[in-house]
Amino acid sequence: MRIEARENVSWLAKLAAPAVAAIIAMAVCAILILWTGASPVEAYSLLFSGALGSKFAVSETLTRATPLIFTGLAAALAFRAKLWNIGAEGQLYLGACMATWLGTGMFDLPALVMVPLLFLAGALAGGVLLLGPTLLKTKLGVDEVVTTLLLNFIVILFVNWLVFGPWKDPMAMGWPQAAPVIDSAVLGQILSKTRLHWGFAIALFFAILSWVLVRFTSWGYEIRAVGLNQHASRFAGIPVDKVVVRTALISGGLAGFAGVSELCGLRGYLTLDLSPGFGYSGIVVAMLAALHPLGVVLSALFVAVISIGADSMSRSLNISNYISEVATAISLLAVLASMFFSHYKIRWR
Amino acid sequence: MDILTLLFETGFWIAIVRMATPLIFGTLGELICERAGVLNLGIEGIMAAGCMSGWMWVYLGGDLWTGVLFAAFIGAVFGLLHALFTVYWGLSQHVTGLGITMLASALSSFVFRMMLPKATTPPKIVPFQPLDIPVLSDIPFVGEVLFSQSPLTLLALVTIVLVSYIIYRTPLGLALCMTGENPMAVESQGLSVFAIRTCAVMIGSALMAVGGAFLTLSAFDAYYIGMVNGRGWICIALVVFSSWKPGKALLGAMLFAAFDALQMRVQQQSVSIVPYQFYLMMPYIFSIVALIVMSRKASYPKALLIPFRHGER
Repeated sequence: MRIEARENVSWLAKLAAPAVAAIIAMAVCAILILWTGASPVEAYSLLFSGALGSKFAVSETLTRATPLIFTGLAAALAFRAKLWNIGAEGQLYLGACMATWLGTGMFDLPALVMVPLLFLAGALAGGVLLLGPTLLKTKLGVDEVVTTLLLNFIVILFVNWLVFGPWKDPMAMGWPQAAPVIDSAVLGQILSKTRLHWGFAIALFFAILSWVLVRFTSWGYEIRAVGLNQHASRFAGIPVDKVVVRTALISGGLAGFAGVSELCGLRGYLTLDLSPGFGYSGIVVAMLAALHPLGVVLSALFVAVISIGADSMSRSLNISNYISEVATAISLLAVLASMFFSHYKIRWR
Repeated sequence: MDILTLLFETGFWIAIVRMATPLIFGTLGELICERAGVLNLGIEGIMAAGCMSGWMWVYLGGDLWTGVLFAAFIGAVFGLLHALFTVYWGLSQHVTGLGITMLASALSSFVFRMMLPKATTPPKIVPFQPLDIPVLSDIPFVGEVLFSQSPLTLLALVTIVLVSYIIYRTPLGLALCMTGENPMAVESQGLSVFAIRTCAVMIGSALMAVGGAFLTLSAFDAYYIGMVNGRGWICIALVVFSSWKPGKALLGAMLFAAFDALQMRVQQQSVSIVPYQFYLMMPYIFSIVALIVMSRKASYPKALLIPFRHGER
């Protein structure tokens, strides 16, 4: 058996890779659904009508896609520079902490100043959290995968302490949650009678901004160069460490945005279930998009459809909604495999 | 002070050895993978899968030892999947490993929920009982700390000796380490890099799953979702800490478990001074510190993370 690189990969094959991955993921999950005794056809029609079947369902799906776009962008930019930021979950929570700290009555400003300020502060918190592992990587050669992963656990315990301890809202009937953000810090609804908030529009804006950054600016060029070949970049005079640190600040900042947007747009107050693993799903979103910032929007929508749809499907068919996590994980592995087959061929001898 | 008296307390040492057991299995498993040049970030999920599958086997009427074997088998299957992606197709070991972790954890939760849909409190099984070996278990202190443990703990200690022996004293171990250092040289000796790496990842993953199974079959008697709780990631830090040496892996796991046991004792004694969440953070902070300290002089296997392809240099 011999693996050979394909000479030229058509753009069609590149586009087909994520689509094939999505189909494989759904086929494998169909087998799991069969095992539970339900009909896959019925399950999938319930899933899609649950996620896209009505105006409200679509608004829920877009709401779910919002944090996934932010964490997906965070992963996509970092992975482009071969910086393995697996800590988006922690960065998201620290961003939300920062917004809670500043946005629950420390001061009051008009909403047009307050909201950008909170986003900026949340991004700063996320960026700084990723800065530590990044400096350890560039200065001491400590693997950033493990440090960012372990920081997730530390940050979540920190939030646990905050919402059970000093920040516990006495008005919350004993629930472990912080005080709600003040009115001027709330992101309004885009559509009335839905939960879809302006965070979605902000996420789209930053997806476009990230695309411009990666595609058209010298910063983006440096990020891509460092990711492709560090040695060659260094030889060409690119300050590799500086580029990696800059990318880390941007990536951590985007993950921090996810936390602020969920806090100010959806929940209103800090809790321990602010994110059901958006940081980790962001990795899947980024990979499904082949690290393309605009593709991130599409793949975030796909993951959101699966997760919102699985919620309503699981209620009517008694299938555990962990099926959506299984589907997400399989689509990650499947997209890796289909990218491989679009770039290489196997020759049997 | 209190800590000094604690060091002479047999119960404290028993706790350390017990708490080190899953870490020993996990660290050895990861060490074998990395020695062959493959980083296995699937460890966290594979431990969860071992945890759930071993427990489910026993819950459905199997006996404990076949439960351990079944967990190991499930681990090896996920290892094979990881090897297919990273060894044969040469895909990113980071992303594949995270994918395996996501898949294995999600599948474990899904299967558990589907098999026991109505369980509100986690059902229980009868776990491994502490050994009572004649003579050995009666030795004061040593007998209690080493030989009155769960049989899986003893198995962990035997595995360390076995893995050390294989790595340092047999041609098989030489081939394993050479695959992680210089795969071209292995191939020129007529050995298959693909085969060695695949076997290493499968065996390593089986050990990780056994580490997970220890949690449900010995340390506790029930399974709940999220019970591995970062132990897999800690094992990855411990491999760096141990400089890829099995003996030092034991030392690292023991040191880590001692630290964990200590924080639990301190937590019980001083209620109000420091919130308990900060004690729970300690293991993770300790892992990061251990990584920083050891990374300075760490000598990674040279071919770690680098896929091998025939005819490519």
